[in-house]
Amino acid sequence: MTKHTFGRNLIRWGAAVALASTMLSPGAASAETVLRVAMTLGDIPAWTGQPDQGYEGYRFVGFNLHDGLINWDLSKSDREPALRPGLATKWEVDPANHKRWIITLREGVKFHDGSDLTPEVVAWNFARLTDKTTQGFDPAQFARMRTRASNIDHVEPLGANQVALFTKAPDSFTPFSLTNFLMISKKALEKANWDYAAYAKAPAGTGPYKFDKVVPHERLELVRNENYWDKDRIPKHDRLVLVPMPEATTRTAALLSGQVDFIEAPSPDTIPRLQSAGMTIVTNTYPHNWTYQVNMIDPPFNDIKVRQAANYAVNREDVAALLNGTGEPGYAMLPPSSRYFGHPVKYDFDPEKATALLKEAKCFPCEINVAMSTAGSGQMQPLAMNELVKSQLEAVGFKVNFNVMDWSALHDISLKGREAFPDIDAINVSRAPMEPYNGILGFVMKNRFAPNGPNWGWFSTDEIDALGAKAMETFDEPQRDAMVTKIHELTVAQAPMVYIAHDLNPRAMSPKVKGFVQAQSWFQDLTPIVVEP
Amino acid sequence: MWLYALRRILYAVPIALGVSIICFGLVFLAPGDPLGSLLPPDASQADIEYLRGVYGFDRPLPVQYFDWLMRVVSGDLGNSIQSGRPVLTEISHALMNTVLVSFGAVAVAFSIAFVLGTIAAYHLGTWVDRTVTGLSIAGVSVPNYWFGVVLVIIFAVEFNLLPAMGMGSGGSENFSIFEWEQLKYAILPIATMSLVPLGVIMRNTRSAVADVLSQDFVQALRAKGLGEWAVARHTIRNALPQVLAVMGLQFGYLVGGSILVETIFNWPGTGFLLGKAILTRDVPVVQGVVLVLAICFVITNLCVDLIQTAVDPRIKRG
Repeated sequence: MTKHTFGRNLIRWGAAVALASTMLSPGAASAETVLRVAMTLGDIPAWTGQPDQGYEGYRFVGFNLHDGLINWDLSKSDREPALRPGLATKWEVDPANHKRWIITLREGVKFHDGSDLTPEVVAWNFARLTDKTTQGFDPAQFARMRTRASNIDHVEPLGANQVALFTKAPDSFTPFSLTNFLMISKKALEKANWDYAAYAKAPAGTGPYKFDKVVPHERLELVRNENYWDKDRIPKHDRLVLVPMPEATTRTAALLSGQVDFIEAPSPDTIPRLQSAGMTIVTNTYPHNWTYQVNMIDPPFNDIKVRQAANYAVNREDVAALLNGTGEPGYAMLPPSSRYFGHPVKYDFDPEKATALLKEAKCFPCEINVAMSTAGSGQMQPLAMNELVKSQLEAVGFKVNFNVMDWSALHDISLKGREAFPDIDAINVSRAPMEPYNGILGFVMKNRFAPNGPNWGWFSTDEIDALGAKAMETFDEPQRDAMVTKIHELTVAQAPMVYIAHDLNPRAMSPKVKGFVQAQSWFQDLTPIVVEP
Repeated sequence: MWLYALRRILYAVPIALGVSIICFGLVFLAPGDPLGSLLPPDASQADIEYLRGVYGFDRPLPVQYFDWLMRVVSGDLGNSIQSGRPVLTEISHALMNTVLVSFGAVAVAFSIAFVLGTIAAYHLGTWVDRTVTGLSIAGVSVPNYWFGVVLVIIFAVEFNLLPAMGMGSGGSENFSIFEWEQLKYAILPIATMSLVPLGVIMRNTRSAVADVLSQDFVQALRAKGLGEWAVARHTIRNALPQVLAVMGLQFGYLVGGSILVETIFNWPGTGFLLGKAILTRDVPVVQGVVLVLAICFVITNLCVDLIQTAVDPRIKRG
């Protein structure tokens, strides 16, 4: 063998060994794909069933680890999500008893711990959230579910794959509520000796992701559930890392420096910088309103002229411009894309008309006290937006005093209602009119006056009240939806809110993140996301 | 010395008790409801009352305080309303993270500030002195949270040299200062937090050293023919106790007041924990963190006093 040949052979052998080792190396052959998400939350949402921290908790933890009997279809971006079968394949109200729903369960579904979804487990899941005597009852989860659970009486197993759900009063909106009841494994909680702190170390839902590990307050890591019952929604990445990051600047820096791949709610002024760095910015309309909800009982807003004046005074296009593409003008309780929008009266910007109405109402200048927060869930850019709206209102004859507070204090005012805070004429609390009962009727019905509901300012009319009650007992969906639409139109005509803006839910993501479809919803599906190397 | 230490520890008891009463009361004076963040916006009054009973907020405040104090004495700070986990566990994890960056910040600040402050004192009135004084004024005047954002933009975003936030992919549970891959996460928070102590210690060192240099015994040392390095050794030793006291106070401030910096860097320390607990009215966590931080401050002061005594034999406290 010549020196030359020996050298060539050596190179060949070397190349072969290198190739073989590349192919055999598990790291190289199947590098784990990880989606790292920066949430706006200050902490990781509870992962032991019903999440805390509002809809963001559901968005990232609730619906990823668990399913409801009914799910939202979040696969489209061009229309409002509809309900779709989840752990139930069919649901219908009993024609003979409108307080009884027959729900057929999906067969063959297993929890992440391998236990079966059975009618007994479903009944137990409802009981643990509604009945204080049930083993596994958790006061915190009970509290979180009060809005949805208050009309649920109990659930009974019915044969091999059905349950009967009994409501306290007929409620055609029950299927919407069922999206929020998340099923956990009874066996897993039993194994944890009914202790949620122990269960938190090995939680078991049925969702598209399985729990892997957590560092409290810092990161929650979920992995793909290969055996997910909905084959179309098996995640297209291996691991989902959720990081709470309440500060918008930090989220932006984390994305720009490559520490995360997907951030929620970048602040409007950072969007050009993100775009120049090649990040993808997505927005979409969704049911989120940023309004002043007014005190309907006391002066000055008990006069419809004052309420209409405030609505005519707001230049919504300017507010949207301030938001730099992250918000859109809000002329009504719902965005026009909502199926319940209808044809409400439109309060176009008309400062002369606003001034005339104030003078007619004999409230000129018209002094109002508005409670607002410096930040908070869904509050968008409260300082800048409120300053702008104040200048617009004052230009037509209002005199606006702000009571500025933190989100928790404003939330407290919002819970207790106008009666407990007679000095406050309006509150700036953004709302989520996701579904008709809590999102729309809750703000207009007499029986939902705060502190027994979100109707902070005690708005009601006999016509809307009657229509709302009728809608609840109407189980024909098109008929019921027409009633809800009518309620929306009637409500906007009465102007119980100063309508200002709808959020567009901005998100920014790294160029290697592909396949995200932004639903017109507070909830989003992360499962179709592909993370390119 | 030991008697002095014992006396100082006994002093700390009424201080801690006073702090406990104040922090317990202030939390309830603030607007907002501790259960507000647990409940949906439209929870009924009946549900609110039920939850009040479950969490014990329906009892008179003095009863709640006494009950809390008894548990605190036995080492139980209660459970977080938000997470349900024991407050003591939450705080101990967070405190370690805060002490880490606070200690780093003070060490960095002291190393730089003491040298520069001493040099400035030796060159009073010259451009060197004016530069150091300008730096120290900038240190105490520039908001450190702004400085932190600037550091992030430069070192994380533009040059991608250091991470922008967090404690690494394993989080605080796997953090080790002995591994560069993790230690690098602490560099920007430490640099940011060192800004204020840098300014304060520099200014104090300059005035302390200048003060010592103006004293007669320094002239006497020089008259005896001691070299300038030997004089400097005596000068520094005399100036050190005052600077140490300031350094100790700065450490205490950093441990207790790093909310903004920890929020910017998503650093899971006590400031981050406290800020979150305040915003969600997580009363047990707020009370626990404030109490622990107050005790840390008292202990820091005690340690500084003891070190001062050890460094400067003129201080007779025993």
